[in-house]
Amino acid sequence: MAETKKVCELFDCGHRACGGCGAALAARLVTQAAGTETIVVNSTGCMEVFSTPYPETAWKVPWIHSLFENAAAVASGIDAALKKQGRREKIIIMAGDGATFDIGMISISGAFERGHDFTYICYDNEAYMNTGIQRSGATPYDASTTTSPAGKCSFGNKRPKKDMPAILAAHGAPYVATASIAYPADLKQKVDKAINTPGPCYVQVHAPCCTGWGFEGEQTIAIAKLAIETGLWANFEMVDGKVTKVKKVVRKPVEEYLKTQKRFRHLFKPKRQDAEIAAIQTIADKNAEKYGLDIKLKKEP
Amino acid sequence: MMEITEGSHAVAEAVRLCRPQVVSAYPITPQTHIVEALADFVANCQLDAEYITVENELSALSACVGASAAGSRTYSATTSQGLLLMTEVVFNAAGMRLPIVMSIANRAVGAPLSIWNDMQDSISLRDAGWLQFYAEDNQEATDLHFLAYKVAEDPSIQLPAFVCFDGFILSHTYEPIDMLSQEQVDKYLPKFNPAEKLDAKDPISFGMYATPEYYLEFRYEMDQAQKRAKEVIAKAGKEFGTLFGRDYSALLEGYHLEDAETAIVAMGSICGTVKDAIDEMRAAGKKVGLLKIRVFRPFPSEEIARALSKAKRVAVLDKNISLGAKGGATAIEVRDSMYGSTIPVKGYVLGLGGRDIRKKDIKEIVSLCEKEIGDQFYGLRKELI
Amino acid sequence: MALAIGCRARPGKSRDNKTGSWRVFKPSVDHEKCSKCGMCQTLCPEGCVHEDAEGFFDPDFMYCKGCGICAIECPKEAITMNQEEK
Repeated sequence: MAETKKVCELFDCGHRACGGCGAALAARLVTQAAGTETIVVNSTGCMEVFSTPYPETAWKVPWIHSLFENAAAVASGIDAALKKQGRREKIIIMAGDGATFDIGMISISGAFERGHDFTYICYDNEAYMNTGIQRSGATPYDASTTTSPAGKCSFGNKRPKKDMPAILAAHGAPYVATASIAYPADLKQKVDKAINTPGPCYVQVHAPCCTGWGFEGEQTIAIAKLAIETGLWANFEMVDGKVTKVKKVVRKPVEEYLKTQKRFRHLFKPKRQDAEIAAIQTIADKNAEKYGLDIKLKKEP
Repeated sequence: MMEITEGSHAVAEAVRLCRPQVVSAYPITPQTHIVEALADFVANCQLDAEYITVENELSALSACVGASAAGSRTYSATTSQGLLLMTEVVFNAAGMRLPIVMSIANRAVGAPLSIWNDMQDSISLRDAGWLQFYAEDNQEATDLHFLAYKVAEDPSIQLPAFVCFDGFILSHTYEPIDMLSQEQVDKYLPKFNPAEKLDAKDPISFGMYATPEYYLEFRYEMDQAQKRAKEVIAKAGKEFGTLFGRDYSALLEGYHLEDAETAIVAMGSICGTVKDAIDEMRAAGKKVGLLKIRVFRPFPSEEIARALSKAKRVAVLDKNISLGAKGGATAIEVRDSMYGSTIPVKGYVLGLGGRDIRKKDIKEIVSLCEKEIGDQFYGLRKELI
Repeated sequence: MALAIGCRARPGKSRDNKTGSWRVFKPSVDHEKCSKCGMCQTLCPEGCVHEDAEGFFDPDFMYCKGCGICAIECPKEAITMNQEEK
């Protein structure tokens, strides 16, 4: 039997994430990029819960969980303490979209405004997953969640996704990026850049959730790719508030993404909702225009 | 060194001498002079700390949680609305066993909004697991900060602590203070060096979640630490006395209590007024005494029962009320401590929202207690009701 | 074992939880097709895929939850998921 070489994983096996969990993969990739000289501040949410039921912890770096809304404030305190103690560990905040877009807004705004040195990673699975799939400020238009359910009088979530990257760039964050577990090398590169940029940096990582979005766990990466290929998720970097790098795609119609997930099933069954699908296509088209997502194909002579 | 200084400034100076590495600050009347003085110290290189101007009180205490977990001595101050806003973190910090010290310039809580003194704020959080010290005057307010850090950081305790002193009455009043020197404080209060902290050299996960299999025992451990605190306070308080001449080993202080027929139980600045009233009543032949509670958590139940065992009657003063229950927290807990005794215990809710209490009010309360009239609000303006 | 006050723990104990017991489907790697790209290791949410001395990648079946991401993403389609017999 062949000998196995073990890779140094800083996010250990035995955690209780669903099979195929996008957030678990994000935790692995981020800690790989960050290395051992890291302190992780985790908000309440799926990641914190599946990784730390006392006494089992999956974290092999120093890690702290306080509450739901205050990771950025806790990180601010750690930043101050490390400065005073002359220590060089890097601080990484890991928080879901609920903790980031909604309940954590105040502490995030304060921490970014004060310019603390940390990297804020939002693992975005587009709803409050740990509590059973409720709508957050990151839930996309028309997604069905338990608090924005599709029904006879509703097509699901009525509002578009809050533009957190823009909000944090407006706070003067020197480096802001979006990434996806579908492109792990790119994700790790961005995390590395954020860690090595002094000041408060933000990386929003798309982490599809098989349980919450309604697809088989094996499709997690494929669906993450489709989000990008349809323009509903844009992968980009912003340096000092200006978009510098964008992942360009040959765009597919949004329908190819929507039909893979139960949370959008009401747009197709019992009846196809052309107006809603068109509205979502417009969102994708606007993203493409705003970020320059489309690869310009050469015109036929 | 003797100096005449405003209560807030004395507290700020005491904190400065404790050498916190991280101070988080959010302004709220009547604590503002404390955080302003600390900012001044930092700006003038008199305090080598990171000073974080947070965006609200929840973040103020959260920053302390992070700093303390990372191994730095940390400090914040608040009151009233601010304390209630950070309530979630108050419970969290105690459960995480982080020895944060926070000054509370006691103030009434809204609604209705009030900036004036009573003790509702800190009393309302008596279940959270923080040690609670109450100062009678600004000397105590100052000294209790040194004591609080020493006890909180004791490896057998590791609980955060409130040092409470009445807003405006103490915080904004000038009194003569014997302020310790840096050398003296360094002798008394060693560097903060927790056995466990956030450190890449020894990775630990802080703040995990506990299933029903474990949660009860975690809370039991906290209660045990509270109980152990009595001895640790006694030891640290005695050492303070030996070094600096003011003994804080007792959680209670008796004033003319030994032969008192009426024993008044009170906390905070009102004790000064009570002592003056007692002097006058004694001169007129009435045997009244005071049992001052300086430490409310851990609550010195047995000690209180013992101290009051020779009185004929007990009058408990509360600048707080548990609405819908039989009075204020101190009366309820004192009465519980006296369970089994036939000595009548009467509670008086007074001074809420900064209503002034005079010596004549104390004398009136003693008279009421003698007539077995009590367990009511004192000083109600009947014309308003 | 006595509690760690403050509800804290050092690393290691998550490994006591053998998530391999969750599995319904089990991955099987065809070494003939495998190009040793390591994509399966990169994308495994458990981090339980390990490289052996010959450069092939094998899941640790004590922890593999059988999610099937590796099978879908393998560029050489070298991994198949089969219902496990229990």
